[in-house]
Amino acid sequence: MGTMSLVGKQIELDADGNLANRNDWSEDLARELAVQEGIGELTPQHWAVINFMRAVFEKEGDSPSIRRLTKESGVDTKTLYQLFPKGPAKRAARIAGLPKPKGCI
Amino acid sequence: MTQTNSPEPIQKVSIIVSRGSLDGVYPGLIMANGARMEGIEATLFFTFFALDAIIKKRMDGLKVATVGNPGMHMPTLLGAIPGMSAFATKMMKKEMDKIDIPPVAEFITMIHDAGCEIYACRATVDMFHLKPEDFCAEVDGVISVGQFYEKSAGAQIIFT
Repeated sequence: MGTMSLVGKQIELDADGNLANRNDWSEDLARELAVQEGIGELTPQHWAVINFMRAVFEKEGDSPSIRRLTKESGVDTKTLYQLFPKGPAKRAARIAGLPKPKGCI
Repeated sequence: MTQTNSPEPIQKVSIIVSRGSLDGVYPGLIMANGARMEGIEATLFFTFFALDAIIKKRMDGLKVATVGNPGMHMPTLLGAIPGMSAFATKMMKKEMDKIDIPPVAEFITMIHDAGCEIYACRATVDMFHLKPEDFCAEVDGVISVGQFYEKSAGAQIIFT
């Protein structure tokens, strides 16, 4: 638990450091968070992953597995690891304003 | 979970896969993929019958052992009935697909694309008279035990 200063506000975080309230998320927040995470400027491919993750979470209540991410978001495994180095599913979820994915795959 | 101190996070793992049944191969694959997902460097080393998991013609034909596998909760004689292993394998694959665990060939590609290096054991390759063309394209090389230890410098070694 903690807070983080983003888009000029104090944003509440969960135990993993992800947003505690999904309603705090905005595209501007995602851009700022990506810079803080060392990912830098978000490209259309980053957005394809982020938007896909958010859409799946909205419907199913959990983030998609990497396998599903690469099969359905249009971004392949290699690219995914380049876009979000050092743990793609976890880091993409954070920037998408979602909790850490629960699955093992 | 209680944690009083925060030890160094794991940076690198070397996973040895030694068994060739479906249930012998998957734990190592899942752990390798999981390591990469967490940003941990990973190397997979296949030895003995586990080489079937990286042999083109065999990788998607691995079976669950229904004999000599107490975890199946099945009497040995029942497990030995023709078709029983195929049936158990089919059931297990169906359940794995439900939780998004890919078939072996697809999983190997996914793990390799994720940046995990994949090696075959030199001694086993010689023992079974295998040729480079027997292996799937993801195999980065056939290496000796010594080379395996060299590549595992600084890694945690996991034997499965």
